[in-house]
Amino acid sequence: MSEKARLADLMAEKAGLVSAIVSRVKSLDEAYAYTLDICDKKEACQLLMAGCEAGLSAPADELCDGKPSKLIAAPGLAPDQAAALGALCQARSVHFIIQGLRQHLAGIDIGFTVAEAGIAETGTCVLDSKGEELRLATMICEVHICVVPVSTIRETSFEAEGLLRALCKDAPGYVAFITGASRTADIERVLAIGVHGPLELHILLLED
Amino acid sequence: MQNARDLKEYKGELSGALGNDFLRTAMDNFAMAYRVSRAKAFAGMDVEGLVQEIARGKDQAMAHMDELFEEFKQNAERMGITVHLAKTGQEANEIIGRIAEKAGVKRIVKSKSMTAEETLLNHHLEDLGLDVVETDLGEWIIQLRHEGPTHMVMPAIHLSRYQVADLFSDVTGVKQEGDIQKLVKVARRELRAKYVQADMGISGGNFAIAETGTIALCTNEGNARLVTTLPRVHVALVGLDKLTPTITDALRVIKALPRNATGQAITSYVTWITGPGECQASPDGKKEMHVVFLDNGRRALAKDPVFSQVLRCVRCGACANVCPVYRLVGGHQYGHIYIGAIGLILTYFYHGREKAKNLVQNCINCGACKAVCVGGIDLPRLIKEVHARIQDEEGHPLQSQLLGMVLKNRKMFHTLLRSARAVQKPVTGGTPYLRHLPMIFARGQDFRALPAIAEKAFRDQFESIKPKVSSPKYRVALFSGCVQDFVYPEQAVAAVKILAKHNVSVDYPMDQSCCGLPVQMMGEREASRSVAAQNVAAFDPAGCDYILTLCASCASHLKHGYPDILGPDSKADPKLAKRVQQFADRVIDFSSFVHDVLKVEPGEFRADGKKATYHAPCHLCRGLGVTEAPRELIHTGGLTYLPAEEEDVCCGFGGTYSMKFPELSAELLKKKLANVEKTGAELLLTDCPGCIMQLRGGLEAKGSGMQVQHVAEALAERLK
Repeated sequence: MSEKARLADLMAEKAGLVSAIVSRVKSLDEAYAYTLDICDKKEACQLLMAGCEAGLSAPADELCDGKPSKLIAAPGLAPDQAAALGALCQARSVHFIIQGLRQHLAGIDIGFTVAEAGIAETGTCVLDSKGEELRLATMICEVHICVVPVSTIRETSFEAEGLLRALCKDAPGYVAFITGASRTADIERVLAIGVHGPLELHILLLED
Repeated sequence: MQNARDLKEYKGELSGALGNDFLRTAMDNFAMAYRVSRAKAFAGMDVEGLVQEIARGKDQAMAHMDELFEEFKQNAERMGITVHLAKTGQEANEIIGRIAEKAGVKRIVKSKSMTAEETLLNHHLEDLGLDVVETDLGEWIIQLRHEGPTHMVMPAIHLSRYQVADLFSDVTGVKQEGDIQKLVKVARRELRAKYVQADMGISGGNFAIAETGTIALCTNEGNARLVTTLPRVHVALVGLDKLTPTITDALRVIKALPRNATGQAITSYVTWITGPGECQASPDGKKEMHVVFLDNGRRALAKDPVFSQVLRCVRCGACANVCPVYRLVGGHQYGHIYIGAIGLILTYFYHGREKAKNLVQNCINCGACKAVCVGGIDLPRLIKEVHARIQDEEGHPLQSQLLGMVLKNRKMFHTLLRSARAVQKPVTGGTPYLRHLPMIFARGQDFRALPAIAEKAFRDQFESIKPKVSSPKYRVALFSGCVQDFVYPEQAVAAVKILAKHNVSVDYPMDQSCCGLPVQMMGEREASRSVAAQNVAAFDPAGCDYILTLCASCASHLKHGYPDILGPDSKADPKLAKRVQQFADRVIDFSSFVHDVLKVEPGEFRADGKKATYHAPCHLCRGLGVTEAPRELIHTGGLTYLPAEEEDVCCGFGGTYSMKFPELSAELLKKKLANVEKTGAELLLTDCPGCIMQLRGGLEAKGSGMQVQHVAEALAERLK
């Protein structure tokens, strides 16, 4: 097995342990198709925003009304990539944005990103989150779909150190290590997913 | 939080906590689950090596605290961060208050920060009329309840889902059920609204990285990401101990911190913030960012030769997770703001003597915290050191002063013991136990039968049993410790029998006395030093191959405690420094000597297959790192070993601890005996006369037929 394949397998295994949903894709186009499938199949875009079904106070409840029908955000994509994903969304009547995330703080359905690197031994996605739009997309979405090019996967965090340092030195910087979905065990130590951030993290390992 | 005025009030609070059934069950489940998940998280890793690397890295960093601060400040200011340094908690609060005022802030969201708990920041900001909301779920819950945290990582671990449901019913005005998944969603929605409205976000910082001016944060919920992104102002409140030279140093700690905290390989999010970035909520499109460093005694601590190591703490909370006393009483009783073993120490430095004085006495010295600490902090020793300092400052209680006086004078101590034997008849009723103790001694002690003083002390029997060896294989000097000398001499006699069979010469220096651990435990440093010096003088280390002891507590104190007490860094006579190291190097426990050195074999014993279980004394398994030897000896001796659950958890003896906190000691013993009895063994073996006193006393008090013996006795009985 090649080193690349070994690291991709390790990444898939470790990310799976923290309940990330890992799939393999051969191209970005395949990743876009996957994203819209998730939208359809899991009816992610039809879901009530997390929490709307619960009893809420009036101000928190108001957020439930502020949400458009279906929404995918992918602020970090290059213009041609964004155009491709945007076109697919349009064909499926899904609202697609690459900016203006602050208009949707109540929540969006899917945030789509491409990672700078993967760290195999912990199943971690490394995202340069310098831009506020991209950062918000990964925070306020219900489902985060993150593409990790296989060529970027390293075994340990120490091998990602050079990249991390470069991103930090290119100030102002905001780098996110993301491993699994947002979680808490603050009530009776029972694991609960999606307390503040995404309820699901999908990792698409891109063969490149 | 510590509000008890004296030890009596504190003990009252402890009793109350012991009566909280929910807390007890929650803590038990947690302790058991943590052990498993931690082991899994570290599987296959060189944990000891990692701990040493972290300790070394942190020590080097803390020795250069001021330089690192300057480096961080320079890098941070270049990027437009305003860096502040607060000498005290109050000063930090005022700085943050002024930042808020200047920026016209009304609403604040916070992510979890122990440093902000330390300074009681919320109270200050609320007094200024600001609206402050904690966004970490556990912190929000305790904020709503107006309580302090009970765990550094899981602040609301003391609460049930129903208590949280009631609380959330009040907050939302809608009745909530005790469904945890739903409650979490309610929090998600209620708090999302708060982020949207906030003008300022306050975070802590796991690392302040000097080389880049980066603040790094580890969180699972992702709330720190929202707190540092949405509002137009970001303030990070960070202790000076979080200054970290490089990204490498931070990554190294991250390798250990989540594993040790919650058994996770890494937290869901690790966020690296370098400078004020884009912020659309700000009029100029750019975030306003401040880093407030808190000193509050840290700079002085960094220079303290004894205590500087507490700054290695990464706030993982593991020292609480494994503490048997924390497990019984929970964090409100086992800390002020900082919880667990590290809390017992930090409370004294950050919140003062008054808050620390009762708390610091509640350490049973089992060493579980030290064994689990990823910074390798010698927590039990430092707790005793704080205790001693407080007594030096406030005056020593009569009891411990008296004990110190007596122990310092060996002849007086031994005369007292002999006199006690002479007059104990009416109390023992002819049994080996003290049956009718006067009330003043018996308070709270009915959970165990206390042993009587033996008819003939070991020292008075020694000449008649001393092995006659002409050309010995090894020369051993025996250190009996008081319990085997005066209460259970038969254990030492059994050991001598085995040594004689193996052609070992045995010497018993008559000037030896108590090892001094009891006075060390009570904060009587001067007496502890004096007793240690007497013992070192009583032995001639160069004249023997080993100094053998059958008491795990004595052994670990002689081996590791003495070099601290009498070594080159101590206040003791410098002439002793070399001799004490010679002495300590020769100290060995019975099981290691017989198993590793004598290498006894099954053929020497009459096997009877009797079912035996084992209790691992704290000071043997953690104090000396001896785990295999005694268990293998059980097999070698021809017994059938039935492992018990939690064999290495403290039996609750803790020497003077069990006299001071009998209620807690009794609970620990109860758990221990339940685990032991579950094995179905007829015999309970261990390596420490102190544990035997506790275990035998507990079984006797509950009328159990199970026998308790020292490993030496079980072996000697079966010698062919």
